[in-house]
Amino acid sequence: MSDTILKISNLQAEVAEGELEILNGVDLELGKGEIHAIMGPNGSGKSTLAKVLAGHPGYEATGGSVEFNGEDILELEPDERSQAGMFLAFQYPVEIPGVSIANFLRTAQQARLEEGEEIDLFDFTDELTEAMDLLEMDPAFAERPVNDGFSGGEKKRNEILQMAMLKPTLAVMDETDSGLDIDALQIVANGVNKLRERDPDMTILLITHYQRLLNYIKPDHVHVMVKGKIVKSGGPEVALQLEEGGYKEYQGHEAPEPVEA
Amino acid sequence: MPENELVEGLGLDEYKYDFETEHKPVFRAEPGLNERVVRQISEHKGEPEWMLNFRLKALEIYESKPMPDWGGDLSTLQETLDEIYFYVRPQDKMEHSWDDVPDNIKDTFEKLGIPEAEQKILAGVGAQYESEMVYHSLRKEWEDKGVIFDSIEDGLKNHPELFKEYFGTVVPSADNKFSAMNSAVWSGGSFVYIPKDVHLDTPLQAYFRVNQERMGQFERTLIIVDEGANAHYIEGCTAPVYSTDSFHSGVIEIIVKKNARFRYTTIQNWSNNMYNLVTQRAIVHEGAHMEWLDGNLGSKLTMKYPSCFLVGEGAHGDILSIAYAGDGQHQDTGGKVVHAAPHTTSSIVSKSISKGTGRSSYRGLAKVYDGATGAKSNVECDALLINETSRTDTFPYIEVGEKTANIGHEATVSKVGDEQLFYLMSRGMSEEEAMALIVRGFIEPIAKELPLEYAVELNRLIELEMEGSVG
Repeated sequence: MSDTILKISNLQAEVAEGELEILNGVDLELGKGEIHAIMGPNGSGKSTLAKVLAGHPGYEATGGSVEFNGEDILELEPDERSQAGMFLAFQYPVEIPGVSIANFLRTAQQARLEEGEEIDLFDFTDELTEAMDLLEMDPAFAERPVNDGFSGGEKKRNEILQMAMLKPTLAVMDETDSGLDIDALQIVANGVNKLRERDPDMTILLITHYQRLLNYIKPDHVHVMVKGKIVKSGGPEVALQLEEGGYKEYQGHEAPEPVEA
Repeated sequence: MPENELVEGLGLDEYKYDFETEHKPVFRAEPGLNERVVRQISEHKGEPEWMLNFRLKALEIYESKPMPDWGGDLSTLQETLDEIYFYVRPQDKMEHSWDDVPDNIKDTFEKLGIPEAEQKILAGVGAQYESEMVYHSLRKEWEDKGVIFDSIEDGLKNHPELFKEYFGTVVPSADNKFSAMNSAVWSGGSFVYIPKDVHLDTPLQAYFRVNQERMGQFERTLIIVDEGANAHYIEGCTAPVYSTDSFHSGVIEIIVKKNARFRYTTIQNWSNNMYNLVTQRAIVHEGAHMEWLDGNLGSKLTMKYPSCFLVGEGAHGDILSIAYAGDGQHQDTGGKVVHAAPHTTSSIVSKSISKGTGRSSYRGLAKVYDGATGAKSNVECDALLINETSRTDTFPYIEVGEKTANIGHEATVSKVGDEQLFYLMSRGMSEEEAMALIVRGFIEPIAKELPLEYAVELNRLIELEMEGSVG
């Protein structure tokens, strides 16, 4: 295996309020440049895992460890994790009215600099133009207020643009396919693939309910999560088996949900 | 980038205006308000008889009116009013060159960046220190075109007919208790006349500084914008922080004549021991535009509702109000529009931010008289709450006596959400940076209307205010 980027050991976590969606001892190891997919039924804890990795204040890790680039990050604030190279593409990106995407990205990049250092506006503008070219986005998009009045597809594309600009070493993509029709899904998946071509060392953890996303972004490894644990790991074939048999095999009784779109 | 350079250049700290100046006034009336004080003020100004009578009549009206109980907390105001100085005369003469202003007073305004701004971006500057204007100057090119920009006292002296025709006609003494008080003890403020069809391409600015402890400042401004003229006037105010309360009560009267346009911008950044009770009103004639851009950041309690009386057909009034209430502050602000002619239109946009124990109240009136056919008014007020302890209220009054009028009102209250903060932090911003970005986005529709220097200062101030706001 290549260099380990992320090592999750026996991770247990709960929602700060309420008992749903807990993690019951997750073990997972991601190597540099690999694409992993975690699949699971609703309520399996897969989105909880994404939020615990990014440090959402509403979730609490109660046991185990998460090492990112060899450092235990569970005590770090979300901004420290981001600055260490982690990125969470949100399932439900949040609206920030009155703040343009360009301003938002500039602030995020500025936050990465040492105190007293100023971002170079020309470099920033070049970089933004390049990223938008790569993702085939209209430059006017960067002037719109972050996620305010965006369609589902626009919100997800905005997440990919941020990923392109922040250049994480690990991108956790939380149900990026949810709420997208097939065209929007293809556009978003293309974007991710282009970023991977640009940054082959970028490690990606895809979290999804459905196999269809994996038709466009090919994972090296697929894990099945049920009731807060990884119950099966393997290659892409695991996803194909799931598409045929659903999660029934792993849960005993629960039928798979109908596929959208 | 230029914005950041500007911010660096401003060298702001938390309340950078908190410094005192050693200066011995040439005259100071006894504390408190009575007839003797009113007579002294009038005497020092060498006023005509009619003005003394105007003042004395206003004092009677003031004494007859009860303390308002509908807005902010004025329960201990009377004690403050008994102790403050209503008139402090810093020097005997107003100067037209900074070189002639006494050094320590000049230094004060230099620290506030006034002479520098004057050279760069302003058509004219007035500077008031305690009770009197100490400096007034207008660029020659505008003087040559007949523009008058002077202290209110010189307006009375040098343009008595124009003065008397309009003074007290927009805000009568009996309008409210504090307009009566101002009418009795007014001192300082600007007298402005923009002649027909003259367009000022840079703003006029008046700066108000209170230096002394237990001080009351009562400026009075009268602005006449003649037909087809166009101008912008900016008012700024600061004071040092004292443990005792101070008091500021201004009256601003504006007449915008046919097809003229006028914008009045206030950036009020008084220290947090200041009561700020101000009456600002404009009469807007046929086809004319009036715009109030009202920024209230400082003071202990502000009660201020800039108003547009739309009296001519097709007159238009805009009120953009932004209020920031930090710990212990109450901003009771908003705007009033009165439609008294057909096809008049107006818009009020109010944005308030409350942090810590701060409270912001929107108080507004949209009134349409019978016969103002086709009048249109739209009111939008948005409040942002930063902490659990922050508070906001909305008091919109709508009175419509005309069937064909169209009045819209929209109000929102939002709280800075945990999900918003998490989203921004997951992009690498600290909690404070995230908070400041959210607040800046919230006020963006108004901040973009401000002159650049003020917009930058406002943004910077908000960043500073957001420090330690979380938790």
